[in-house]
Amino acid sequence: MSGLQDLKKNLFGGTTSVGRQFGMIFTLVAIVLLFQVLTDGLTLTSGNLIAVVSQYSYILILAIGMLMVIVAGHIDLSVGSVAAFTGIVVAKAIQNFDVPWPLGIVLGLVVGALIGAWQGFWVAYIGVPAFIVTLAGMLLFRGGNQFIGNADTVPVPEGFRTIGAGYLPEVGPATGYNNLTLLLGLIGCLAVAWREWQARRTRQEMGAEPAPLWISGVRLAVMVGVIIFATLRFAGGRVGTSLPVSGIILIGLVLIYSFYTRNTVSGRRIYAVGGNARAAELSGVKLQRVNFFVMTNMGILAALAGMIFVARSAASGPQDGLSWELDAIAAVFIGGAAVSGGLGTVSGSIVGGLVMALLNNGLQLMGVGVDLVQMIKGLVLLFAVALDVYNKSQGRFSVIDSITRPFRREGPPAAPVPADVSRPNDKTPAAS
Amino acid sequence: MSAAPVLLEMRSITKTFPGVKALADVNLVVREGEIHAICGENGAGKSTLMKVLSGVYPYGDYSGEIRYRGEEARFGDIRASENSGIVIIHQELALIPGMSITENIFLGNEPRKGVAIDWKTAQRRALELMKLVGLKEDPDTLIKDIGVGKQQLIEIAKAFAKDVKLLILDEPTAALNESDSQQLLDLLREFKTQGITSIIISHKLNEIEAIADSITILRDGKTIETLDVKADGVNEDRIVRGMVGRDMSSRFPDYTPNVGEVFFEVRDWTVRHPIAHDRLVCKQANFSVRRGEVVGFAGLMGAGRTELAMSLFGRSYGTWLSGQVFKDGRQIQLRTVSEAIENGLAYVSEDRKAIGLNLLDDIKTSIVAAKPAKIARHGVIDEVAEHRVAEEYRQELRIKTPSVDEGISKLSGGNQQKVVLAKWMFTDPDLLILDEPTRGIDVGAKFEIYGIIHRLAEQGKGVVVISSELPELIGLCDRIYTVFEGTITGEVARADADPERLMKQMTTTKKMPV
Repeated sequence: MSGLQDLKKNLFGGTTSVGRQFGMIFTLVAIVLLFQVLTDGLTLTSGNLIAVVSQYSYILILAIGMLMVIVAGHIDLSVGSVAAFTGIVVAKAIQNFDVPWPLGIVLGLVVGALIGAWQGFWVAYIGVPAFIVTLAGMLLFRGGNQFIGNADTVPVPEGFRTIGAGYLPEVGPATGYNNLTLLLGLIGCLAVAWREWQARRTRQEMGAEPAPLWISGVRLAVMVGVIIFATLRFAGGRVGTSLPVSGIILIGLVLIYSFYTRNTVSGRRIYAVGGNARAAELSGVKLQRVNFFVMTNMGILAALAGMIFVARSAASGPQDGLSWELDAIAAVFIGGAAVSGGLGTVSGSIVGGLVMALLNNGLQLMGVGVDLVQMIKGLVLLFAVALDVYNKSQGRFSVIDSITRPFRREGPPAAPVPADVSRPNDKTPAAS
Repeated sequence: MSAAPVLLEMRSITKTFPGVKALADVNLVVREGEIHAICGENGAGKSTLMKVLSGVYPYGDYSGEIRYRGEEARFGDIRASENSGIVIIHQELALIPGMSITENIFLGNEPRKGVAIDWKTAQRRALELMKLVGLKEDPDTLIKDIGVGKQQLIEIAKAFAKDVKLLILDEPTAALNESDSQQLLDLLREFKTQGITSIIISHKLNEIEAIADSITILRDGKTIETLDVKADGVNEDRIVRGMVGRDMSSRFPDYTPNVGEVFFEVRDWTVRHPIAHDRLVCKQANFSVRRGEVVGFAGLMGAGRTELAMSLFGRSYGTWLSGQVFKDGRQIQLRTVSEAIENGLAYVSEDRKAIGLNLLDDIKTSIVAAKPAKIARHGVIDEVAEHRVAEEYRQELRIKTPSVDEGISKLSGGNQQKVVLAKWMFTDPDLLILDEPTRGIDVGAKFEIYGIIHRLAEQGKGVVVISSELPELIGLCDRIYTVFEGTITGEVARADADPERLMKQMTTTKKMPV
């Protein structure tokens, strides 16, 4: 296995359209560099990066849930409305019934879970297509938001705003940086190093040859480099700012859900259901339970995203969450998920979401109007997926693959292979 | 009869698929006004031959010559053959359930008045055609609201809407009950008096004996013989002999069975069709399996073997009506797939691509998919253990792949089948039900699969093999049950098993003395 393949695998895991995701990383870097030049360095300033995170974290949180919904073979059009509905319920509860704000957050999550369960019930147990259920939900909860809020805005208290607009406190010695962000960065570096070491050990235990040391080294150096750069940017903003609290919530969710989808039995069942529902059923997977779970989970994450948005804008309003579902869905597909389900990763969706976010941000910094931004985003989505579809039909994995092929050093196979191995041809169907 | 002029002659038709010769020098002569039956085991090439004739495989895709009404015919597609009056009615009905009888009869062939469809004419002609096939229904009735037997008649009416000269019916009575079948056969006889020629493909030999004028028998893609029913005094036994006579030596690994006590028993198992509520797919089935025994289920396509297996495996098919399952003398419940797995059952499906595997998965994930808890702790998968398990099966079953991280879709059919076997062996089953375990895989891989089956039996497991290839069952199994139309019609020990006897029991509802 070549180092590059290995790198891809370790970044994303094996069960996905790795090509598209890897391509997206390149695209992401290219977009960042392009806008860095076009905006005279505005893109990578501390202020802008912090703004991007707090402005898009809720979309990325939605993308995590949406990824699982899409992998299971469904879609959720209601997330924007659910977010708005939860937002107004929580804001009203705090304002009218003096619910303390931490309890308000819990209330919001419960409301999201109930809405998700409601939709999951129709999808999983009645068998109504999720497209219809959530289209209905989109209307239902948008209307519900305006009904409860009288189509008015409802402010939320200071404490509540932390989850959307808050920063880490300034503690410790005056280093000129936000110390807690620095600490997080340090933990991140250590975690990455530990993971790399762990991955090597795991491969050894599997009896496979780990990637050459230099590849591990390079990979580690790149990742640590990125973390250090990001840490310094986020810690080095205007005093009183840091990595936003919403960004920390996002990172936590990404870690939890990546682990869940890749490494747990129930996470894998989502892929099994989306990949071949009947086969999954005949392997003892309870389809209804899985479908119910992904829809409920989506409801909870939509509620969280809604509350973060309300916290950030200090009030809940009737226009909250408009067309969020489209951004979340686009992020997931750009990030390599298959429309038919069964493929996709959390990290890929986050990369897809960041591509959209930075594109948006960069164009805005350049003063491009909303009209053009939308058109460009639409084309990016179309081309990203079209490129992947085209490459698959050509029997290639991805453009990036074909570009890098000449430089690839084919290492020994991952495990000893019996002498009579003849590699089966991909295209010859089984004789029937 | 043989005095009638030749309507259709197919000369040395050869058709190859990648790696398989489906038809080799097949000849077929059909005379005007006769009912010509084509017989053969599953996979003998009957359907392929008809697809060549009807232009599904266009001219140039096969070698050989088709002469139709005295001229060479070169059909580029189905439309071309239909224009010459050759109409094929496939086993799976090609009707649209949500459309009316009239709409279906004229689908793609609508009478027009200018740009618009002339519904008045269509309706009038639909009534005429329905009368022709002996069907009394309102032409506005939706297809889904009439029974399968009537649907079959609609298909024939549809053929007549196209001015048919040669009618081809592929297993026309497979889905029909006795009286509907009889009605259909009567209809064919009536057509014969009107000078319409029919080719009928059927597994039901009693029907063929009753209706056909001549019979062409195919085996392994070759023409074996053509019989004149009256002149040659053909009966079912004669047809069976033609269908199955084949050399079976050395296709199976050496193996000495070591059969123990009965440990698995099914009693009175009755299951209803999931949609057609008046049909039973399993009728009071009783069977048992001993430890270390390989038990075969012989039957024709649609006999209800798969349905029986899947209904046992967590009620995955149809509606369970009655019946009990005993394992080691204790009654067990198999209401869900997980319950079946926990009780030591494994079902390897006949259609590995559609329902056996997730083709997006890689090998190691597929192998552990049916019992992931075995390599997980607190719901978290131990990747090292997963890899080790997959690696063990790769070596044990000789799955040909550079690595267990490879995608399933990259494997050949035989290797995919081994992955499915590994997946179910991993669940530590006591009873494995293998449904057509060698379908669509080459001879070498078949031999290996047989070896795996023997090893499983040697470990004391019970193995049930469902197969449409009689020689396979005879070569592999210690005991064979025959199934016909949802009923277990007989039980034959290995020593007494011969193809003709099995074929007879597979084509009759009468219970045979064991």
